[in-house]
Amino acid sequence: MQEIEAIIERYGAQRRHVISILQDIQARFHYLPKDALMEVAARVRIPLIDLYSIATFYNCFSLLPRGEHVIKVCLGTACHLKGGTRLVEALERELGVREGELTPDGRFSFETVRCVGACALAPLVLIDERYYPKMTQRKLTQVLARLRRARQAAEAVP
Amino acid sequence: MTKLYINGIEVEIEQGASLLEAAQQLGIEIPTLCFHPGLSAYGACRLCVVELGDGRLVSACTYPAQEGLRVRTHSPRVRRARRMLIELLLSICPSSKRLQDLAAEHQVERVRFAVRDERCILCGLCVRMCAEQMMAHAIGFVNRGYRRRITTPFDLRSDACRRCGGCLYICPVCEVRCQGVGAPSAVCGSCTPPAPTCPPVYEDLACYMGATGECGTCVRGPRTPDSHSPTVAGRREKV
Amino acid sequence: MKIRTLEQLMALEQELCAARDRKPCVRVCGGTGCRARGSEDVLARFQTQLREVGWAEAVDLKFTGCHGLCERGPLVSLTSPEVFYQGVEADDVPAIVAETLVRGVVIERLLAHDPMTGQRVRREQELPFYRRQQRVVLRFNGVIDPTDIREYIALGGYRTLGVVLTRLTPEEVIEIIERSGLRGRGGAGFPTGKKWRLARAAPGARKYVICNGDEGDPGAFMDRSVLEGNPHSVIEGMIIGAYAVGATRGIIYVREEYPLAVRTLQIALAQAREYGFLGEAIFDSAFSFDLEIVRGAGAFVAGEETALIAAVEGRVSEPRQRPPYPVQRGVWGYPTVINNVETWANIPIILERGPEWFARLGTATSKGTKIFSLVGKVANTGLVEIPMGMTLRDLVEEIGGGALPPREIKAVQIGGPSGGCLPKALFDLPIDYESLTEAGAMMGSGGLIVMDDRTCMVDVARYFMDFLRDESCGKCLPCREGTHRMYELLTAMCEGRATDADLELLEELAQVVKETSLCGLGQTAPNPVLTTLRYFRSEYEAHIRQKRCPAGVCKALIRYVINAERCTGCVACVQPCPQQAISGQLKQPHLIDPERCIKCGICHEVCQFGAVEIV
Ligand SMILES: Cc1cc2nc3c(=O)[nH]c(=O)nc-3n(C[C@H](O)[C@H](O)[C@H](O)COP(=O)(O)O)c2cc1C
Ligand code: SF4
Ligand code: FES
Ligand code: FES
Repeated sequence: MQEIEAIIERYGAQRRHVISILQDIQARFHYLPKDALMEVAARVRIPLIDLYSIATFYNCFSLLPRGEHVIKVCLGTACHLKGGTRLVEALERELGVREGELTPDGRFSFETVRCVGACALAPLVLIDERYYPKMTQRKLTQVLARLRRARQAAEAVP
Repeated sequence: MTKLYINGIEVEIEQGASLLEAAQQLGIEIPTLCFHPGLSAYGACRLCVVELGDGRLVSACTYPAQEGLRVRTHSPRVRRARRMLIELLLSICPSSKRLQDLAAEHQVERVRFAVRDERCILCGLCVRMCAEQMMAHAIGFVNRGYRRRITTPFDLRSDACRRCGGCLYICPVCEVRCQGVGAPSAVCGSCTPPAPTCPPVYEDLACYMGATGECGTCVRGPRTPDSHSPTVAGRREKV
Repeated sequence: MKIRTLEQLMALEQELCAARDRKPCVRVCGGTGCRARGSEDVLARFQTQLREVGWAEAVDLKFTGCHGLCERGPLVSLTSPEVFYQGVEADDVPAIVAETLVRGVVIERLLAHDPMTGQRVRREQELPFYRRQQRVVLRFNGVIDPTDIREYIALGGYRTLGVVLTRLTPEEVIEIIERSGLRGRGGAGFPTGKKWRLARAAPGARKYVICNGDEGDPGAFMDRSVLEGNPHSVIEGMIIGAYAVGATRGIIYVREEYPLAVRTLQIALAQAREYGFLGEAIFDSAFSFDLEIVRGAGAFVAGEETALIAAVEGRVSEPRQRPPYPVQRGVWGYPTVINNVETWANIPIILERGPEWFARLGTATSKGTKIFSLVGKVANTGLVEIPMGMTLRDLVEEIGGGALPPREIKAVQIGGPSGGCLPKALFDLPIDYESLTEAGAMMGSGGLIVMDDRTCMVDVARYFMDFLRDESCGKCLPCREGTHRMYELLTAMCEGRATDADLELLEELAQVVKETSLCGLGQTAPNPVLTTLRYFRSEYEAHIRQKRCPAGVCKALIRYVINAERCTGCVACVQPCPQQAISGQLKQPHLIDPERCIKCGICHEVCQFGAVEIV
């Protein structure tokens, strides 16, 4: 709660700053906790429903916690033409969850985005904000295997 | 005063008035759904589209009257557009009396889209009613695009809701969203079925729309399965 | 250090300019594309390597904005000897330092080569990709370090602002912009001078200027590159615009998905304030102005101007009725000028070189240059800036280098989701606002996506409807429900479930959505459908009547088979297949079991002999 207070202070408790405030909360917690929304509504004195509308309208907000790794497949036009959809399908098979969901073990959040502004290198996949240009299903499987192995190795060391 | 021409007839109206008001002054009827004189104009249903001199179709309820403007309220293009809009509306609210009447008036005889019963046309009248007239701000739009719907924060009964029933009163397709007393995610949570379930008690307490449910009779009381409308379901949610 | 007079600025400019020429310079591209390919590592390696040879002070090492040729990144250019390297990896750096920088020897293998002649070239201007371009807005991209205002000043930056504030009246500025014929680069092409004049005339206690950097077009990154590569040109343009219309405050709205652009802008604003180009009494004139950044939270519709205003005010991006236009009633009801990033970046150079110079570029109705993000199925993808009026053919064939063999180019999609698909038969069309609109597309903000014979036009239309039904704000019925219904109809077509009646319904619906929607999003949403129907109707008919996808894209209508003549039996496809649907002996032709195959296409992807075919 103190952190939220600090974020509100950074901008000022005014309506015009609420989107920035929510963006910073999202950046800090990787989602918008319900309490945080209620706190902001109370401090900025705007109806809770307005915040809830904002939180569900814009892409960058999420009301549920994210996984340890966030995988984003670009489905912008360039990436779509070069096979982005196939990457989505491949990930659905690999992870066993659908786009927009979190794996049951909480390891991977799987999302799609529409253009990350590097279309010349389509199709792109972002894993934890790192760009993987000119992705193929093969390469994707390999990267996933590496992430999984890294975790196993970490767990093996007590 | 602003002078303009509607269907070739000259009309003068005060500055800032809408085309809809100008047409009404002449007694010309333009169909509307999301418009209510007591609320701000929203321009969402587009049923009130009219054709301007330059060929554009604009919504009469929101477009400001401008000097010398030429407006046609029932041109072939306007009528064709309205028919398609009504067909779209019916495809998401097939059982609404109001929409069926509109369809009959406009000779819409079939719905070619796969019917999906949403029981809500997202005209936003209830949202504006709640905010502008009741000052409650209890309900609002969530999500966007085809996933948009109307609800309370977190789909839970809202503290801001005073259970005035204004949202139900104003709904043009009616029978919307309300899940009756006790449902955890009702929009306003106040609406007992219009026919009270507690006739003997009701006469004494007159609780309808007021202290609904306080005595508990209606919550426990007998209810026929169709005495309240089902949940609006079937839309994918953003998480 | 505050700059108060023009003379002071000129003196600083000369000093910086002279210092610049004294040292050899190494420029590593820091655009997003090159960063994705590891240019940050390359830069770090240069730093250590230069230190090792003791040249850290002697060489000017810079991290610049995007060069445009992202496809070949990371790019590195050197000034002495003048040479341009592509595909540089961190491990190449020691060689570049030791060979090229110290001994002056060019490393052949890192040079780009001209695809026409096959010859290696030393300078980027020699590549056909750059030869036909005319870099006006992008002239400093890839040249200067965007995080250092002195770099911009050294090349004459902010001099125009000084001249404007000390020698021109606001009226004169507007007149110059009007005479130049500049039109908005954000899509609709409204004359900028006229917009400013309206805003100047509008009564209001306070006025605003806004830079629209939402860039929601999926598949385009022009504005991003300008903001990341040369932010001061936008800032200078906005200060001049504010002076002209009488605004005291400005907002740069930039999407959060571009974190680098946000960071670069923050640095640039702080520096502009430090030098006194923002703040009170700029250049000791009576004019004060300041800018702030607002980060967009991710919504295509927020690029629409009334929706953008709503976002700035802290609300959901829902468009509203225009009129009143933002120049009459904008943010918080004050008159507001909203221009696109590229429009603003054009302002300083128009005032510097004069409206006549600008008006000579381009065509009768469309002046100047336009930046396009040329992507999709062409040989050279990247960012290009061309004079208006160039034909699509020159852009795609010459600059883009044509198709990726053995494929053939079929169409381009121009203008993003609001634009349209134009077939090869129309490639002689000049790129200007009117020609494109007439053909059913639009200039848009500059997305240009090339499609070849392996692109299904029905699938493309469906893709855009999927995008739009999600990105529509959902306020008005025709756009919300119409795009969703069009998506449903197109999906039925792609899956071979549609009838001729559906095609008719699609066309009828598209027309009504276009005519009755509230804002530009809905009004242009049917364009991808209408243009593909107009130019590629036979593809729709193939899907509906023959249940066939001519391009081999729509999954429900295709099959993967192995061509026994081409298959060498290398077994490379056997293991990757998630369904174990491929059987066959080593060195024997393989077979796909159609019952098991889920058409994921992985075998097609891994086969090096082109033996997996789509039928
Ligand atoms: C749906 C929609 C999206 C838009 N997106 C953008 C955008 O991303 N960037 C932009 O500059 N203009 C965008 N526009 C155009 C703006 O509304 C506006 O016309 C433009 O910013 C004006 O600047 P200009 O005159 O310099 O072009 C969009 C318009 C619509 C209808
Ligand atoms: S046209 Fe679409 S985006 Fe524009 S107001 Fe209507 S629903 Fe919203
Ligand atoms: S389309 Fe994927 S990065 Fe632009
Ligand atoms: S009544 Fe005008 S748009 Fe609904």
